[in-house]
Amino acid sequence: MTGEGLYLDGVTVVFDGFRALNTLSLLVAPGELRAVIGPNGAGKTTMMDVITGKTRPVSGIARFDGHDLTRMEESVIANLGIGRKFQKPTVFDALTVFENLELALKAPRGPVACLRWRLSGAARSAIERTAEQVGLAERASDPAGRLSHGQRQWLEIGMLLMQDPKLVLVDEPVAGMTDHETAETARLLVGIAGERSVVVVEHDLDFVRALGCRVTVLHEGTMLSEGSIDHVQADPRVVEVYLGR
Amino acid sequence: MRRFLLPGIVALLALLPLLNLLPEGHPIRVSDFVVSVAGKWLCYAILALALDLAWGYAGILSLGHGAFFALGGYAIGMHLMRLIGPRGTYGHPVLPDFMVFLGYQELPWFWWGFGHFPFALLMALLVPGLLAFAVGYLAFRSRITGVYLSIITQAMTYALMLAFFRNDMGFGGNNGFTDFKELVGMPLNTPFARSVLYFAALAALVGCFLLSAAMTRTKFGRVLAAIRDAESRVRFLGYDTLRHKLFVFVLSAMMAGLAGALYVPLVGIINPGEFSPANSIEAVVWVAFGGRGTLVGAVLGAFSVNALKTWLTSFAPDLWLIVLGVLFIAVPLLMPRGLVGMLRR
Ligand SMILES: Nc1ncnc2c1ncn2[C@@H]1O[C@H](COP(=O)(O)OP(=O)(O)OP(=O)(O)O)[C@@H](O)[C@H]1O
Ligand SMILES: [Mg+2]
Repeated sequence: MTGEGLYLDGVTVVFDGFRALNTLSLLVAPGELRAVIGPNGAGKTTMMDVITGKTRPVSGIARFDGHDLTRMEESVIANLGIGRKFQKPTVFDALTVFENLELALKAPRGPVACLRWRLSGAARSAIERTAEQVGLAERASDPAGRLSHGQRQWLEIGMLLMQDPKLVLVDEPVAGMTDHETAETARLLVGIAGERSVVVVEHDLDFVRALGCRVTVLHEGTMLSEGSIDHVQADPRVVEVYLGR
Repeated sequence: MRRFLLPGIVALLALLPLLNLLPEGHPIRVSDFVVSVAGKWLCYAILALALDLAWGYAGILSLGHGAFFALGGYAIGMHLMRLIGPRGTYGHPVLPDFMVFLGYQELPWFWWGFGHFPFALLMALLVPGLLAFAVGYLAFRSRITGVYLSIITQAMTYALMLAFFRNDMGFGGNNGFTDFKELVGMPLNTPFARSVLYFAALAALVGCFLLSAAMTRTKFGRVLAAIRDAESRVRFLGYDTLRHKLFVFVLSAMMAGLAGALYVPLVGIINPGEFSPANSIEAVVWVAFGGRGTLVGAVLGAFSVNALKTWLTSFAPDLWLIVLGVLFIAVPLLMPRGLVGMLRR
């Protein structure tokens, strides 16, 4: 069984009486690439927080391949095969690009296992391949703290790939990128979907169009519209709350 | 050049007790005082290494490491008290003087086994390790970090100090333990014993240094650095950071306990003052001054700040706490990467 993918149903999150998510439902099939758009504060990041165990919903179902995500620790969810790129890129500045990727590489994660860890030839080439894939092969031995903003975003995507996840969540990957970098990133994300599900949150509609996938529009914590980019752009409710601004 | 720096320093330190054997008045003879002071600093350097592992590498700023040091010291102190035997003032064959004085009829159960040196040494490691496990587990599980964690560890050492001050705890109250006679069949307070204890401390320092260096170079060391810089990100990578932090915290506490166990026979006394919060803060200042996150920095910091302290207290003992406070505030502001950071630039 390949699993049912990601399944959210009726998810509600309340912060001090404010409904950041309001009975949100979302289905992402195995291997699917999905874009999620919506105005600021729509609840896109909060949705990712629920999926990764950072925030607990007050009601609703959040499942991945049959596992109840609302009851699991962050690290357990990560080990289920859910990887996440944060809105604000967080890579480990004190470590090199290579070491960042190595930490993310799928391997036993306990303290003793880490003490005894020896980099095998296979692991080294897997890391080098990923560094190549995200365009950082030349920077492998530089501290991540010296990377440009766009390169940090790619390193984070690279770290996601090292975990060999079944579901990848990417929060605003192209914010602050040049047009060229943006196009590269779209190619990268399209390339990694298929083997795994990818959910991309983004404001940049040209970028979303380049992804060429199904689009979900969030508004005030709930799903407003869903379909192809042309479909949602033509939806009058979407135009009103988001595109028409 | 740098490859010879550390072995060179160790060789120099190993020379000290040998130069002490030269006849009185010889130009390069090292006095008894210098040997015993340097021996203390070696123990402090181990404590600094221990703290640096937790703080410099994993970002766990413990303001209570003095407690682990003191517990290690008390464990060996209990052994030294048992060895006094009938040579105490009251001449009781089993009970230490303070127990006779307080009217104890028999040895409390928690003193059992301390007649044996290996047991006492084991306890000097295990008791600090267990305490660190308990405190660390509760704190890390509740995701207490930063200044709150520091306050908890500071409260821990303060509470222990108050407890050990009490006579009915069975650890000699405010007088603690002293008047030790011998250790592993070797009479204390002789130049020979001083040299042996000095070399034991030096060997332990080298051992702890090599162990720490090896450990921090593994992936575990890199996970610690990652936890220090962005713990929640490490969790989303699938690491159970609780286990990693607990591992390094317990190991660090055991190392501090070892330092205390080496220290007490050297100085010949242990009392609840060793639990004083200021001691733990002092250890933090050593590490900060030397350069946290580098093992050499921790050792250098312990030596240099203690050199300053020894020099200062020789003519103005009251000034020390003020200087310590100033260092505590000024070092992070003016030299955030410590001596090592300044030297590297
Ligand atoms: N921890 C929190 N405590 C209180 N309110 C929160 C918290 N996290 C998010 N919110 C609120 O919930 C709402 C949804 O936030 P969220 O970050 O999910 O929006 P978003 O769609 O990701 O927006 P953006 O496009 O700006 O990233 C916002 O109004 C935000 O202020
Ligand atoms: Mg957001």
